[in-house]
Amino acid sequence: MSEPSVANLCARTESKSSRVSPELRILLEDVHLSFGGRPVYSKLSCGFPRGKISVLMGGSGSGKSTLLRLVAGLVRPDSGRILVADEDVTELSERELYRVRERIGMLFQHGALLDSMTIFDNVALPLREHTELSERDIAAEVSRRLTAVGLPDTEALMPRQLSGGMLRRAALARAIISDPEIVLCDEPFSGLDPLNVRRIERLLVELNERLGITLVITSHHIPSSLRMADLITFLVEGEAISGTPAELRVSTDKRVREFLDAERDDEPARPGAPT
Amino acid sequence: MRLAAIETLGFRTVTFVTHLGRIAAFVGSIFVHSVRPPWRVRRLVGEVFDIGVLSLAIVCLSGATVGAVLGLQGYTTLSRFGAANSLGAVVGLSLVRELGPVLTALLVTGRAGSAMAAEIASMLTTEQLDGLRMMSIDPVDFVVKPKALAMLISMPMLNALFICFALFGGYVVGVKLLGVDGGTYITSMENAITWEDDVAGTLLKSFIFGALVGVIATYRGYTATPTSAGVSAATTGTVVVASVTILLFDYVITALWGV
Repeated sequence: MSEPSVANLCARTESKSSRVSPELRILLEDVHLSFGGRPVYSKLSCGFPRGKISVLMGGSGSGKSTLLRLVAGLVRPDSGRILVADEDVTELSERELYRVRERIGMLFQHGALLDSMTIFDNVALPLREHTELSERDIAAEVSRRLTAVGLPDTEALMPRQLSGGMLRRAALARAIISDPEIVLCDEPFSGLDPLNVRRIERLLVELNERLGITLVITSHHIPSSLRMADLITFLVEGEAISGTPAELRVSTDKRVREFLDAERDDEPARPGAPT
Repeated sequence: MRLAAIETLGFRTVTFVTHLGRIAAFVGSIFVHSVRPPWRVRRLVGEVFDIGVLSLAIVCLSGATVGAVLGLQGYTTLSRFGAANSLGAVVGLSLVRELGPVLTALLVTGRAGSAMAAEIASMLTTEQLDGLRMMSIDPVDFVVKPKALAMLISMPMLNALFICFALFGGYVVGVKLLGVDGGTYITSMENAITWEDDVAGTLLKSFIFGALVGVIATYRGYTATPTSAGVSAATTGTVVVASVTILLFDYVITALWGV
């Protein structure tokens, strides 16, 4: 599949066809959403390509997490359409949404692990609920996934016994244990040390390359986003600006530039600081 | 001014009816999940433990104390009319028909109902319920149903235990401390309490109270505002609403079925 570019992506998202185009796994069309009279988006349109890694960026409060919740059907828009794998999730009942969600894994910002269950039971839950696997096979699969996210030997622990970063990695193991077609990750790198940022980044890229999983990730972590993303979408003032990392690096849009330049390390150290 | 009052009345009426509709849909959802698999027996047993076993101490201690007070008050009052030998009947009937189910329900509301609402509201606040939805697991089925059913199962058993300890407390005070004849005390109690009217009635009441507390606590938690204040409001609201509802329904049940 060719690298998505801003031009052809916009052409696709602006089409009003009832189906998601073959290249797009997720499509938002003219989505309007407000909370308590305050608009979050008005007429937001954007798309996320099939089998690619898309990163959502933007300032705090720009609606990145809300966009993931809209895609997952956890929040309903005031108007507009959200097509996920050919189904308009805005028109589905809660019961019908469960069918769509079986194809989606979601990593929540704070993990959302069930605090009354062990890490093992949390990660095993989707398999116990939706497959006929034996407990032995489930145990092997859980152990494999926890090792992959760098959390071996944590099965017997309770979520309260893990740090924030470890919790998020355990939650990622739960999100991917059923090998979903789409994985939505809300701030997977937040609160992680550089080694674990690299580890999770490698894991996500591997998932994408090996299984062709469509990944939509919200992140403030610019270096990892530029490294791993096939497509980056900036949410600025309720508007989506999309492009490949290469395109965005040379973008002339002031809002994009400001965001990308904010983390550059070329400011002088404060006077008197040790060098 | 008059128009504003009518508007307010209309708004409150619509809000009230909307709430009733939501509660009906919520109860319907619990019922539907209760009559079809998965049965979630392990979670149900765990909840029965949390509600029932962990309430044993408070229920038993309160029962014994209430029975003792009832024995003391009953003896003082009955002695004025020379009817102290009817102490067993008065203590037994008061406990079985009225005080047992009502006080047990109020105690369980304070201890387990509030905890239940707080737990569900906390799960809502920390996105655990959304996490379940994303795994295509209905939170009503996985979280709410076991809690509501456990309350339904535990309440009659806790009520029975409360009554047993209260009868024991009344016996100790009436017979051992105040000198009422033990045989007379037990016989008058046996003669006064009937299976069909009193024992079946107390079970019916506690069963209904269990259902009410289960629904109110889980609904309050499930529909809480996802903030710390929301968790607190859900907990307080559960205790207040459930307590008033228990007392109202106690009157209604007594008036309708005479139990």
